[in-house]
Amino acid sequence: MSTPPVTAPLLSAKGLRLAFGGVKAADGIDLDVMPGEFLAIIGPNGAGKTTFINMSTGYLRPQAGSIEFDGQPILGLKPRAIVRRGIGRSFQLPQLFTEHTVLENAALAVASRLGPWSPLTPLLRPAWREEAMDLLERFGLAQVAESRADTLNEGARKLADIAMAVALQPRLLLMDEPTSGVAAAEKMQIVETLVRVLRQSGVTAVFVEHDMDVVARFADRVAVWSQGRIAALGPPAQVLADPVVQRDVIGISTHA
Amino acid sequence: MTPSDDRGAERRAGPKRPALARETLLAIIGALALVLCAWAIPWLKFVLTIALAKGIAVLGILLLLRAGQVSFGHSMFLAVGAYTVAFVAPGTPEVLLLLPLAALLAAALGLVIGLFVVRYRDIFFGMLNLALSMVIYSLLEKMYAVTHGTDGIRVAGLTFAGQRLEREVQEWAMFGIALTLAVGFGLLVRAYLGSPMGRALAGIKTRETRLEFMGLSARLVLLFAYVLSALMGGVGGALVAMTSRHVTPQLAYWTSSGELVFIAILGGAGSALGPFLGATAFELVRVYAAAAVADAWQMILGGVLLVVILFAPGGVWGILSSKLKGRGA
Ligand SMILES: Nc1ncnc2c1ncn2[C@@H]1O[C@H](COP(=O)(O)OP(=O)(O)OP(=O)(O)O)[C@@H](O)[C@H]1O
Ligand SMILES: [Mg+2]
Repeated sequence: MSTPPVTAPLLSAKGLRLAFGGVKAADGIDLDVMPGEFLAIIGPNGAGKTTFINMSTGYLRPQAGSIEFDGQPILGLKPRAIVRRGIGRSFQLPQLFTEHTVLENAALAVASRLGPWSPLTPLLRPAWREEAMDLLERFGLAQVAESRADTLNEGARKLADIAMAVALQPRLLLMDEPTSGVAAAEKMQIVETLVRVLRQSGVTAVFVEHDMDVVARFADRVAVWSQGRIAALGPPAQVLADPVVQRDVIGISTHA
Repeated sequence: MTPSDDRGAERRAGPKRPALARETLLAIIGALALVLCAWAIPWLKFVLTIALAKGIAVLGILLLLRAGQVSFGHSMFLAVGAYTVAFVAPGTPEVLLLLPLAALLAAALGLVIGLFVVRYRDIFFGMLNLALSMVIYSLLEKMYAVTHGTDGIRVAGLTFAGQRLEREVQEWAMFGIALTLAVGFGLLVRAYLGSPMGRALAGIKTRETRLEFMGLSARLVLLFAYVLSALMGGVGGALVAMTSRHVTPQLAYWTSSGELVFIAILGGAGSALGPFLGATAFELVRVYAAAAVADAWQMILGGVLLVVILFAPGGVWGILSSKLKGRGA
């Protein structure tokens, strides 16, 4: 790799600490996410991966430390304010509006980005409908656009969940286990779809992942989480080959 | 039409078209049936006007139900609308001024109370509304000098666009206004529920967290619905006062709120028509059951509701719309 120009990190977390009773879910997290990169987070169950995403999106407030997004402190902001600044997230358990169709879910996300709206504007007005349909097509979800969200299989549900986050046009997208619960056969295809869409839209991505093949193939860097700390950080080839990581994290992770 | 044609049409128009067509058809039939009944059986005009007025108020209950919330105090807004008419009519008897005034005052109270109650959900939301409505009830009951307590206030003579009408004409005028407003608010609620606001409102029931992560404030979404529901409550209450020509604190009592929830479930929450189907069914059952068995009409109403909950959870609207669907309308 040639020496890259010095760029400022898009997200910069310093000294994040958060304990639930005696459990240290974050025990001094320092992490810089660089613009344009795909950063994978791996680590055993309960290591604090979701907690990191929750702190970065304003859902949980750390007891100590600071988080900057694009040079601005975001600690203490509400989730919806952080979303408006350009951090999107998807969920370990997909959060879709189950009684609405997939298209309505996507259109609602598009509309909320373009709001505020009059209460008399139909959700499926042509502009929003087309953008939502276009989004679903890119995610390979066009065939299920008219299906109720609760009728989808797990893979499609995960994609729809991420599509709603992408509809908000985030600059940074935090994805919590985008492939968990997805059948092994579908997994690679789903990640490929995802990565293609995100690269096209120039989104920086952080994703929690248990599948080391996915990590090796798609991540630019890997951060290894362990008991609320980052145990290792670097390119996948180097980190995944580390015997300590293999014993302590990958060994445990594959049993998850 | 071939199946592929059908799908093409559906994609352009959206999948809700058949349901909308059924709704419109049913609304037209319903409105005609009401006019016919009012014409054929003159004393029913009064009952049907009250039913339409309550239906408008129940539209507000329906909005909150969409968000998964049940208010057990909603009749406080009816009472505000009704007492506005009773207080102001002696000075300003004009119906066309009294109605918007009642709507405005109810919406203003809805905003004040809403700012507080939209922080709560489920049982807390329901009970807080109940508690606040009981405060309003006791104010109306205890401030005898102003409200004449439980005796209530007789509503002074009204004018319609400046005209004083004779009794029969006035009854028709009230019926016509109620029907017009019912159609208007029904269309408004239907459009609202199909807008991003209305969809986000339904999202409060299933995925409130996601709303926040879409950059929306769930409280604001619910507050808008709450104020609109209060406004419609005020309009319903004003119409009740103008029609019955008498207001009492009973309007704000918790049993009156329970009645509105009862009507919402009876009519069905699936459509903006539900509240009117429910209110008409409710008032008719009440009138006829009371005439037939005097003291037992509440039992009959209870029985009707039990049957609806057990066998037709979609309410009267659910029954009628599936009948129409079966016929391919
Ligand atoms: N809101 C909470 N209240 C109490 N404890 C919590 C809360 N959130 C997380 N924890 C605890 O903090 C620790 C880290 O949880 P977290 O969900 O971040 O782990 P994770 O790395 O995402 O695990 P998994 O791979 O199972 O998703 C766990 O011990 C968890 O039980
Ligand atoms: Mg997790």
